[in-house]
Amino acid sequence: MAGKRNLRAQRDTLQKVLRYIGKYRLLVTLSILMAAASVALTLYVPILVGRAIDRIVEAGRVDFAGILSILISVGVVVGITAILQWLMNVINNKITYQVVRDIRNEAFERITILPLKYIDAHSYGEIVSRVIADVDQFADGLLMGFTQLFTGVVTILGTLIFMLTVHVGITFVVVLLTPLSLFVANFIAKRTYFMFKKQSEARADQTALVDEMIGNQKVVQAFTHEAQAQRDFDEINERLRVSSLKAIFYSSITNPSTRFINSLVYAGVGLTGALAALTGGITVGGLSAFLSYANQYTKPFNEISGVITELQNALVCAGRIFELIEEPPQASDAGAPALEDVAGRVSLENVAFSYTADKPLIKCFNLRVHPGQRVAIVGPTGCGKTTLINLLMRFYDVDAGSISVEGHDIRNVTRHSLRRKYGMVLQDTWLKAGTIRENIVMGKPDATDDEVLQAAKASHAHGFITRLPDGYDTVIQEDGGSLSQGQKQLLCITRVMLCLPPMLILDEATSSIDTRTELKIQEAFARLMQGRTSFIVAHRLSTIKNADVILVMKDGDIIEQGTHDELIARNGFYAKLYYSQFAA
Amino acid sequence: MKKLMIYMKEYTRESILGPLFKLLEASFELLVPLVMAAIIDNGIAGGDKGYILRMCGVLAGLAVVGLVCSITAQYFAARASVGFAAKVRSALFAHIQKLSFAQQDKQGANTLITRMTSDINQVQSGVNLALRLLLRSPFVVFGAMVMAFTIDWQAAMVFMVTIPLLCAVVFGIMLWGIPMYKKVQQRLDKVLGITRENLTGARVIRAFCKEQEERSAFVQRNDDLTTLQKVVGKVSGLMNPITYVLINLGVIVLIWVGALRVEQGVLTQGQVVALYNYMSQILVELIKMASLIISITKAMACASRVSAVLSLAPGMEGADSLPSAPDTQEAVRFENVSLTYESAGAPSLLNVSFTAKRGETIGVIGGTGSGKSTLVNLIPRFYDATSGRVLVGGVDVRDYPLEALRRKIGVVPQRAVLFKGSIRDNLRWGAQDATQEEMFAALATAQASEIVKGREGGLDAMIAQGGKNLSGGQRQRLTIARALVKRPDILILDDSASALDYATDLALRQALRQLPESPTVFIVSQRASSIRHADRIIVLDEGAVCGMGTHEELLNSCAVYQEIYYSQYEKEAM
Repeated sequence: MAGKRNLRAQRDTLQKVLRYIGKYRLLVTLSILMAAASVALTLYVPILVGRAIDRIVEAGRVDFAGILSILISVGVVVGITAILQWLMNVINNKITYQVVRDIRNEAFERITILPLKYIDAHSYGEIVSRVIADVDQFADGLLMGFTQLFTGVVTILGTLIFMLTVHVGITFVVVLLTPLSLFVANFIAKRTYFMFKKQSEARADQTALVDEMIGNQKVVQAFTHEAQAQRDFDEINERLRVSSLKAIFYSSITNPSTRFINSLVYAGVGLTGALAALTGGITVGGLSAFLSYANQYTKPFNEISGVITELQNALVCAGRIFELIEEPPQASDAGAPALEDVAGRVSLENVAFSYTADKPLIKCFNLRVHPGQRVAIVGPTGCGKTTLINLLMRFYDVDAGSISVEGHDIRNVTRHSLRRKYGMVLQDTWLKAGTIRENIVMGKPDATDDEVLQAAKASHAHGFITRLPDGYDTVIQEDGGSLSQGQKQLLCITRVMLCLPPMLILDEATSSIDTRTELKIQEAFARLMQGRTSFIVAHRLSTIKNADVILVMKDGDIIEQGTHDELIARNGFYAKLYYSQFAA
Repeated sequence: MKKLMIYMKEYTRESILGPLFKLLEASFELLVPLVMAAIIDNGIAGGDKGYILRMCGVLAGLAVVGLVCSITAQYFAARASVGFAAKVRSALFAHIQKLSFAQQDKQGANTLITRMTSDINQVQSGVNLALRLLLRSPFVVFGAMVMAFTIDWQAAMVFMVTIPLLCAVVFGIMLWGIPMYKKVQQRLDKVLGITRENLTGARVIRAFCKEQEERSAFVQRNDDLTTLQKVVGKVSGLMNPITYVLINLGVIVLIWVGALRVEQGVLTQGQVVALYNYMSQILVELIKMASLIISITKAMACASRVSAVLSLAPGMEGADSLPSAPDTQEAVRFENVSLTYESAGAPSLLNVSFTAKRGETIGVIGGTGSGKSTLVNLIPRFYDATSGRVLVGGVDVRDYPLEALRRKIGVVPQRAVLFKGSIRDNLRWGAQDATQEEMFAALATAQASEIVKGREGGLDAMIAQGGKNLSGGQRQRLTIARALVKRPDILILDDSASALDYATDLALRQALRQLPESPTVFIVSQRASSIRHADRIIVLDEGAVCGMGTHEELLNSCAVYQEIYYSQYEKEAM
């Protein structure tokens, strides 16, 4: 059952691979023609040489003129073959790498349109390994398949025809004996499949451990966990060693075994050939050509058995990539109108949402925000604050109800036009590898140096940037390298300050920034955001005191709503939260 | 490369026996054309059927011996390569764990992980191939030449010319290839980098509508990679055709010379066939070599990446034995400590001095980038001070074995990291032998009891990699509990309550004060309320101490502290 399903899956994958290759139909045809031609010519050389040898019988019986003309044709044939071989190599390389490039581009494009739900639910390492490692494996298999499987098959057919023209009887010996090597190879491959599976399981375990321990090495060292980590590692490492040894050894028996069978074929050809020569059924030159064919004929069989394992592996990898490429993307917004002229009116009506169906988070959420209002959201961890932002930005779609901006349901406008209207700063700062300037101008690539400078000054990032070795041109690594958390937040704020969208989302945007700087930034924000709608999530209640409306959320619902003074007067949940920061 | 060869030592026996058996097999293979020549010259020419049969029996015998030899060789090669790779992996892992924080900052985890995994795998298969084939092929090539000499030295001169030319081609392409493959690997790193970025930064990229730009950037990098791969393919694809041409030129000359020698009566027809067979054997070996060379070239590129990590000297060594502890009430002392990070323009910490007594609570506050984390990172010696000394328990931190020092100190880092496994496994990071009671006590102090209670399986509830199935606040509380399980002499909370609301933060601080071991506690925070009741507060400004004392003292004397405090508490709230 499982085997059958596997087979069908493999066939599906193969078809998809063929579709990608189909784009290079012309090159593939060319490659096939060249392979056929170069194989035919390669096979022709031993015949020519055999004929030359037949002209060297013994002293006094050497036909120099005949030999010369044959050798000249050998030279010509070899020259043409070499050129064909090289062109074929170049074409095969080209097909393989183009196909791989196409697949990678498509996989990446898919990543940019996958719903965030998928990205949030999968480990980054796993997705990356599909795009990088799996595609690489696939490329190796494909290239090998092209160069070896194909020429292999052509060689077998070609040799067969040539052998038949030389001597039918001896050909039979070769044809009958050779499949033995396929049989042996197949026998061993079946047995080693499990060993390979065990090996890749051990390898996956090890990669996971390495990823965690090396990825968080600082924590490991802080807890002097090195020795334990090493023990865990060595335990898996030993398991990997044992399973690898088995897999590699047993699979590597294939080659000697098939070669053994080749040697037997060779001996068989020698025997029948020599016996035939006794009766004059074949010349010595013919026999020498035959012996060299016997080698050439059997070789592809060994290679093909190797190539087939490789191809199977490649198909498994291709299957994993296609899984990613075929992952359903977020609903398309092509053709939807762009959201324009936003004053900042946002309303949420009866919104319900949950990440997992069995755990409802937001049940029936209603909110009307007027242009220019500053909305602050507070509440204990896990109350749904960040979820609300996910919904406003349309990173996730609501399960029921609707969110609209200026009366337009946000599902009916393009995502880009919606998101351009918001400036977002998240607690989880993210910077891309590149210069400080590149990071700042993300939202406005055509910003002038002066605009960048003004924005950086407003966000109070200018000071520390100028202290960096290369100022605005300092290159930082992904995740900011040696910048402190607070400095990263300042950069993210600068980014938003620069492009000044009509609405703002600040999710704990200043949590790692000291309160003095924060105050100054807020003044800057207040100035720049005059008349702009903003949503602010914060723990620090000082940050939100001046909001026009404060929403107190708990378990996905608004439990209190009003201005700071109103809420304090009500003496409810908010008041308790507020006073707790002064308590000792 | 020397760095790696050490790990081969233990497998010296295997790595000699493997190729040896391979050579034995090859020698038997080299006898085959001779036997065939004998069949032609004696059997066919003499019409001796019995001789032919006997000689074919010899051929079959050679095949059997060859099989046994090569299987033995494969076994030794597999044992040596797999064992070697396992040793290198373990050593590399151990080595990475010895890298100082500064070195880790410089290297980056990503590349260390690829080197641990895919690079070593490449090296393993390279070694395996090399043991099996690398010696065999040249041996067959030179063996064929030697055998040719035994037949006729003049005809063999053809081999003498052809083989060096072949070597030049093979090694030339290989030498060109190694740096090229390194470049390919680097470009692949770039493709990997942008893919990772688009996953980790998916929200920001989408918020700024940068998908299209990112896509073009990816296409650009992908094209760079593809172009280079094609160039490498074009050149390494030359190997086969060129060797093919060279060999066949050799064949042409050989046949001509053979014809002349036969005419002179020196050679027989069978011997010419044998010489031709040796030439063909060389061709077959070279075709095998070609694909082998590509794998080995790749493996060499990877090996040099691995040994680059291994040759990083550990940036920090602890003392070998525990220092004698002086009888002191001092927990931590800084003496004129300064620190400038590598590649940083300005010092992050400047002439900091203070003393913390046992059981004291020290607050550290200051502006963004003022050096708060840097200061506490020096206590467990995550970084070494550029000048000045840090003392723990009256002893310079550099005089402790690193492990002994870090065992005394519980750190709750800014970024809350948990590991895949049960909550129990995670808490045991603090102390391997912690009892259930101790864990629950630590959870209670860290205000994390409800996280465990609310979960199926309690302490055995599983945590996903990176703690993805927990909220930020839950993660933070569990990392605090993990540090507490250690029962440290010194507890460092590096802005680790930022995701907690004020009420929880307060409860946490109160619980910490009740701890029976009364550790020295360092609290780094942005919140004045978190540190307000500390025994001493250190106020940092651009790396320098600009005020130290109790809350009341600082409020009277330190302008920076006043500013921070009043930015959070308006005057009337007092």
